[in-house]
Amino acid sequence: MDRVRGISKRPFLLGLLLLILISLATSPLYAAQYTVILLTSIFMYIVITVSWTMFSGPTGYISLASAAFFGVGIYTSAILGRALPLPFVICIGGLVSFCLALLVGALTLRLRGIYFVMFTFGLVELLLHFILWWEVNITGTTGRVVPTVSNTTVYYLMLITFVILMLTAYFIRHSKFGLALQSIGEYEEAAAHRGINVTALKTITFAISALFMGAAGAIMATRWTYIDPRIAFNPLVSFMPVLMAIFGGMGQLYGPIIGAAVFTYLEEFLITRFPYYYMLIFGIIMVVAILYLPDGLVGLIQKLWKRISESKYADT
Amino acid sequence: MIVRILDVAIAGLLLGGIYALIAVGLSMQYGVARVLNIAHGEFIMLGAFITWWLYTMLDINPLVSMVISGPLVFIIGFILYRTLFTRLRASSASPAAFEGSSMLACFGLLFIIQNVAILIWGADMKGYSYLAFPVNVGGAKFAANRLVTLGFAMAIGLVFYLFLARTRLGKAIRAAAQDPAAAGLMGVNINQVLALCFGFGALMAGFGGTLISISYKIQPTMGLEYTVIALIVIVLGGLGSIPGSFIGGLLLGLVGSIVTYIQPGLSLVAYYVIFMLLLLVKPTGILGK
Amino acid sequence: MPILEGKGVTKYFGGLAAVSNLDFTVEQGELLGLIGPNGAGKTTVFNLISAALVPKSGTIKFKGKNITGLKPYKICRMGVARTFQSVKIFANMPVLDNVVLGSFFGVSTGNSSADAVREATELLEFVGLSQLKATPAKDLTLANQKRLEIAGALATKPELLLLDEIMAGLNSTEVAQAMELVSRIRDKKITIIMIEHVMKAIMNMCERIMVLHHGEKIAEGTPKEVATSKKVIEVYLGEKAHAGS
Repeated sequence: MDRVRGISKRPFLLGLLLLILISLATSPLYAAQYTVILLTSIFMYIVITVSWTMFSGPTGYISLASAAFFGVGIYTSAILGRALPLPFVICIGGLVSFCLALLVGALTLRLRGIYFVMFTFGLVELLLHFILWWEVNITGTTGRVVPTVSNTTVYYLMLITFVILMLTAYFIRHSKFGLALQSIGEYEEAAAHRGINVTALKTITFAISALFMGAAGAIMATRWTYIDPRIAFNPLVSFMPVLMAIFGGMGQLYGPIIGAAVFTYLEEFLITRFPYYYMLIFGIIMVVAILYLPDGLVGLIQKLWKRISESKYADT
Repeated sequence: MIVRILDVAIAGLLLGGIYALIAVGLSMQYGVARVLNIAHGEFIMLGAFITWWLYTMLDINPLVSMVISGPLVFIIGFILYRTLFTRLRASSASPAAFEGSSMLACFGLLFIIQNVAILIWGADMKGYSYLAFPVNVGGAKFAANRLVTLGFAMAIGLVFYLFLARTRLGKAIRAAAQDPAAAGLMGVNINQVLALCFGFGALMAGFGGTLISISYKIQPTMGLEYTVIALIVIVLGGLGSIPGSFIGGLLLGLVGSIVTYIQPGLSLVAYYVIFMLLLLVKPTGILGK
Repeated sequence: MPILEGKGVTKYFGGLAAVSNLDFTVEQGELLGLIGPNGAGKTTVFNLISAALVPKSGTIKFKGKNITGLKPYKICRMGVARTFQSVKIFANMPVLDNVVLGSFFGVSTGNSSADAVREATELLEFVGLSQLKATPAKDLTLANQKRLEIAGALATKPELLLLDEIMAGLNSTEVAQAMELVSRIRDKKITIIMIEHVMKAIMNMCERIMVLHHGEKIAEGTPKEVATSKKVIEVYLGEKAHAGS
């Protein structure tokens, strides 16, 4: 019975995804500018959150450095924006973040997880201080002006990054590496004894996730005409993906997407009405989610669904 | 020449005294209560703002206000542990799971406390002047408030050390730090002790905040930097070692003073370099197990 | 050439010598028993071989190559696999995934997905867990979890297998099944070192036994030699040898 349902499910889902993708790709043609801008923000947070979940989800190593990699991407865009075409700049932004993450990983992922958390937590503040010092003492000016690009271009670039990320995340998850990452999260010592080079795998996956965060930063920099260290290295960008992933649920790939979409929209909605309250509210939601929603929204829905479908059979 | 060295050295101790205090606080919270409180800086900020408020509104001497700011922040920390973290501990599948979820809960607290402060006091910098006159120490000039700060930091550290070493409650805390389960079996009310430890950590943060506000300007976003510094200090001193955090704080303060003398603005970078060296060579730190 | 050689292997925990200047040799294809009272250092020896721990001094050679100081994954890929006293499996992952991991990352790292799954399925059959291949590992009985761990270790295609108290906590039927499984593993020409407290199994199956006490080797030889050695009886066996044999 299940197998029949399973066979007809697959092409249906793929078809649905394709339809959604096409409508998203063509949306600048029919949707309002405001919607396109909002969608860009949503995809930005989806990219950061899914990247974050790609590493921290299976392994359990909680990275608090998302803002650092995003900021590196922003600054790459700011520094190279005039010199090179945007696609190159985005790739370089991703590459620099990748290298930074390799360094961080090589340093901390050989040790207990707590060092990783502490190091990544301070990384944002470190980069902020360093670049501030650099700008005051070496370049002489604070902040940079970024060459602007049309909203539609930014949207498409972010959409393409999103698609590439989803393909990467899907491939990793369903490959032997995804299995290995999961086993590292389950029991790292046992994984090492099954022949898995745990440090290398953790570090490379962490670096891949950082790559996409850097690329996203490089793209978004073009939306702000002026950036400075405080704008680029904002702890909120480390906080939001964690909140979105926890709220959405980290078990499946679409959990973080739902979380990101919900919270980006919420942020847009609240930032205009309650500019000082929205961070407070998000903080409260984070605490509540950790207390009461350990498996996230997706987990909750799965549990409810299970309960409903089980009770159906219980009656017979 | 000697004057300059003395200058830098004593400035280092002044900075280090504050670092030592806040690091001991974080060490209590992580080493004993097992909560990596990344919102530690926000508690420091609260201590600073309560003192500022009491001084500018009610003319209360900042050193005296420690009697209020410290305990107030202690109570907040204690209640938070009793409600939030005790509950989290009960529902966590393993100690590792609790460490992760409690840390994330602190991340949420960070934004809650910081933004409540912004809503109450506004986002801009505040400051006040207290004992700002210079004092002559062996040829070098230091602000009186800084010397007083150092004195108080040392005094608090000493009192706390005696508390841990000599009193019954202190022994219970040390037992809980070694082995919570065994301590529980020995009749120690583990939930109460852990909550007290977390509270004591917040107390140190409150005191630290007060002392900071005497010498420096404050703003609601000041906490993050201090949290990062405290994290580096507890790694330097050795995770789980409270005396290590104290020594590490003094050491790092010294480093900060030297770096500020050579190249101001790079102190956090220097701290991170030390962090990286530690991770490469001796992650267990000076006094770590 | 012996498949495994240890010379002067020493490990300290604080001030205590868990393993003290140990020399040992294991010949290819043999089944070596490793016994001794609790705390004798047996599991520590395994940890030193598999690189879960690093020795303070001494060398360990596998197939003539020095493996001291290598990382655990490297040693696994060279052909050494082990199980743990506390049954280290991947609790939330299904049984098949637990095993296929070794097929992917063990001695043959370039395995295609189809080959790996096929090997894993065969191994599940070999240990008798085919029925449970989709069950999460945490839902298995202890005996089955131990079989799962063994299957997972075998998936890495070891030439040397270290079994750490696989019979602990099993009833007599399960012990007999475990003994039978071990002999089938031997048929695959895999060298085995077995830590065990179940004397019946050790005495009946092992060709050679090594006895540790306080981290030192106090006897080595055939089961008969060991069972009759005065030193061993003094320290450890007592009446157990007669009860078990």
